[in-house]
Amino acid sequence: MRFQTEILVRGQAGTGEALVFTQPISFWGGIDPTSGRVTDVRHPQHGASIAGRVLFLPGTIGSSSASAVLLELVYANHAPAALIMDAPDAILLLGLLVAQEMGWPTPIAVRLKAAEQGGFAGQTVSVGEDGLLKVL
Amino acid sequence: MSLVLSPEERAIAGGSDGAAIAMRLVAESARLLGAPRLIPIASAHIDGALYHGDSGTLFAERLVEGGARVSVRATLNVGALDLTGSCRVRLADHPRDMAQRMMGAYRALGCEPSWTCAPYQAGHRPAFGTDVAWGESNAVVFCNSVLGARTNRYGDFLDIACAIAGRAPDTGLHRPENRRASIIFDVSQIDPGFLASDIAWPILGTLFGRTVGSNIGVVKGIETHPGEDALKAFGAASASAGAVGLFHIAGVTPEAPDVAAILANGPVEVVSIDQTALRNTQSALSTIASTGQLDAVAIGSPHLSFAEIRTLIRLLNGRRVCLPFYACTGRHVLKQLETHGLLADLTSAGITLVADTCVVVTPILADLPNGILMTNSGKFAHYAPGNTGYSVLYGSLADCVESAVCGRPTFTQVAA
Repeated sequence: MRFQTEILVRGQAGTGEALVFTQPISFWGGIDPTSGRVTDVRHPQHGASIAGRVLFLPGTIGSSSASAVLLELVYANHAPAALIMDAPDAILLLGLLVAQEMGWPTPIAVRLKAAEQGGFAGQTVSVGEDGLLKVL
Repeated sequence: MSLVLSPEERAIAGGSDGAAIAMRLVAESARLLGAPRLIPIASAHIDGALYHGDSGTLFAERLVEGGARVSVRATLNVGALDLTGSCRVRLADHPRDMAQRMMGAYRALGCEPSWTCAPYQAGHRPAFGTDVAWGESNAVVFCNSVLGARTNRYGDFLDIACAIAGRAPDTGLHRPENRRASIIFDVSQIDPGFLASDIAWPILGTLFGRTVGSNIGVVKGIETHPGEDALKAFGAASASAGAVGLFHIAGVTPEAPDVAAILANGPVEVVSIDQTALRNTQSALSTIASTGQLDAVAIGSPHLSFAEIRTLIRLLNGRRVCLPFYACTGRHVLKQLETHGLLADLTSAGITLVADTCVVVTPILADLPNGILMTNSGKFAHYAPGNTGYSVLYGSLADCVESAVCGRPTFTQVAA
């Protein structure tokens, strides 16, 4: 399976096991910035870790400190291998933009409709620097 | 419609200093938001100086090293420490050091050390119709709704980037056509006695936020201006319960002389509020039933105004509290209390004043596994369970005072 996605923020190509969120999440208060673990007890993927995974997000909600959480994940090497989002969330993605300004290596962020995300759950996938999403 | 930068903006963004970093961040955000251009801003309120981890401190210091300075008036929201020394924050050495460095870096960028989430009561009041870049949800909603200035919700990093660049993406609530209401929140059936009570506004705000979500609503049926502190409580509760960035109250807020004046073209939904809905909202602000146990009381989210502290002193009426009682406020109010000789009234009553920060953003409350906190703030009620581990009992300011004096939950009135 191959998908040409739209690049939202350029970054490093990434490979990893797909982690497909089945509900939107608030990064602040929902993801532990020191580990990447999902701490929101009401979220279906509670307990999973986004670190090193290719993360599929059907949506994001909540706090304007999401960018700070993503920046801290990048800084501490707990960021996802790649981010795949239904729609661009400028607040969250700002975390990647700031990390790039700091000269820290950042994962690529691309766009893929939520309806097309489900099929990737549990598979090992890669996202190229050109935005090509492949199942390995 | 893609983003077009002016030659001057492009030149700044092409540099390698702190101003270039800021301009690039504003421009890239504008691109992600689909904004066609950047617009000049008159002021900023910066929420980014609250410590969430070392990376945020390092970013602020990078801007300082790059020689960046804010180009417009920029006040600071709370940090993780009480720099006035009014109360003790239980942070370990490393985060304390990094939080202090962060607060110092934002000062070095030229931000004012206001350290309050109610900058609009500390002398920062942009004029009606001006574009600004404000962070902190309650400040954003007050700025848009009560002052009629125009801002989106500027999150961490973008707030300081806009303040340095003096620009913001032209999108969202900066555009007049996006400020019109599509939901009428009708409270004309509600008992006027309840609407006149101080407990009404956080409850109304919570219900309003839950009802409108990220849409824009106009409240209908408020006969008299409830005062700024009531609007502050309403906005803060609405922004923590929903994603409210702007509300209108017909006959009260400046963009809504009446309901018709602020309605959007297109379909409008009417939601009629009854006493039952308010009662349910009020009970849901508490996370446990009252058992007789109470460990602490916290008020002041948003930060208490001078008028609210005077009401607190009046309700205390010379009595002393026998529980930890935290009153969160800004240093602008500490100064007024000092001038009026009122600090002693509070300390002799056993009140702990918290300045520059507050009890839900940094560890101040005693570390209790099953603690119970009483508050009159809709915003504290929303965030305290997750951020402090305390369960919440919601009451009026009078309830908070009587409970703290008696040492157990005491409800002085049945409100809704």
